[in-house]
Amino acid sequence: MKELFAILIGAMFVENFVLSKFLGICPFLGVSKKTSTALGMSGAVTFVLVLSQAVTWLTNEYLLEPRGLEYLQTIAFILVIAALVQFVETVLKKMMPALYKALGVYLPLITTNCAVLGSALIFVERDYTFIQSVVFGLAAGLGFTMALILFSGIRERMEACDIPEAFKGMPITLIAASLVSVTFMGFAGLIIK
Amino acid sequence: MAEKKNSKLSIFLNGIIKENPTFRLLLGNCPSLAITTLAKNGVGMGAAATFVLVGSNIVISLIRKITPDKVRIPVFITVIAGFTTIVQLLLAAFLPELNKQLGIYIPLIVVNCIIFARAEMFAQKNPPVDSFIDGLGMGTGFTIAITIIGSVREILGSGTWMGIPVTVNLFEPATFFILPPGGFMIMGLLIALFNKLFSEKKSKTAKESESGCNGGCPGCSKAMHGGEAS
Repeated sequence: MKELFAILIGAMFVENFVLSKFLGICPFLGVSKKTSTALGMSGAVTFVLVLSQAVTWLTNEYLLEPRGLEYLQTIAFILVIAALVQFVETVLKKMMPALYKALGVYLPLITTNCAVLGSALIFVERDYTFIQSVVFGLAAGLGFTMALILFSGIRERMEACDIPEAFKGMPITLIAASLVSVTFMGFAGLIIK
Repeated sequence: MAEKKNSKLSIFLNGIIKENPTFRLLLGNCPSLAITTLAKNGVGMGAAATFVLVGSNIVISLIRKITPDKVRIPVFITVIAGFTTIVQLLLAAFLPELNKQLGIYIPLIVVNCIIFARAEMFAQKNPPVDSFIDGLGMGTGFTIAITIIGSVREILGSGTWMGIPVTVNLFEPATFFILPPGGFMIMGLLIALFNKLFSEKKSKTAKESESGCNGGCPGCSKAMHGGEAS
């Protein structure tokens, strides 16, 4: 239990996916303009992350490893994730059309979200058990959500600011991200044993 | 003929300046921030991504006529994942040290938006030769961009360049720049610089693309648009 808690806090704060591991930067920069879309996007990512961690772990344990096919991990994982995203998309389209419309192009982009594939590769690297990798997925998703919502708040305020021409758009966003990332470095000393 | 050659060259140069994937289209940000603590890593990552980009562009272009539109995304992903696995195995066999440095970011090439975007916007609409050149141009643009980011961060953060000490008597290196926040900051500043340098040319090149690359790449406007949106 304690170990799971350590994974949860670790993945949320200490090695926050977006701000210290640089995974999932595209949606972080892309959909953080408004808090409402940020919330929807991060909800979708968290949901996909938890599911994909479970599915990829099972794929790895029961399909790839017994047959010595670990070198196919990248291909197998990405296909499983792509299928999952398609599934989530279909469900959202049917159940929550408003949210589906708001997320627009970014939903299929979850497939190419580094965070999802990245966390699958990390559980292989760290030899996590099933429960551990699912908790890790959840923590990564929550960390992503936290970063995205914090950041969208900052960006909403930045809208009204007078920014030099060359810095408009992405550059100022990245510099703001840098400052948010500095605050998260404060968690670096946090080690739970 | 001369015109044709010119257009090939312009496809190549397109990826380096006008549509530089990192500085202009703002695609593939994860690796350009994560592994650019050393200039050497930038070169390695760039080369690996270029290989995947060129390979997948050619294959996708070759099979573009027999790929049904509805399943094109899974097909693209499979092709890209195949090439990524090849790079992964090659690196593990021949450059184990670099492989260790780049870690999970090598398999993550598979989800690099640049490769996917080029497949979607260019390779599936153009013949293999053009796609090859486009892949090479984009890959080179990406490599140059992340090597620049890596160089700046390495010089400021570790006081070395490609492992050679360069700032011994000039200033004390600031660790900040090789930490994650430094990555965001340097990238932001470099994009701003790139905007500043090329903003005057922007209107000119926009006109050129209207007249010159109208039939050639319908993806251009889409790519530009996507870049602005993200």
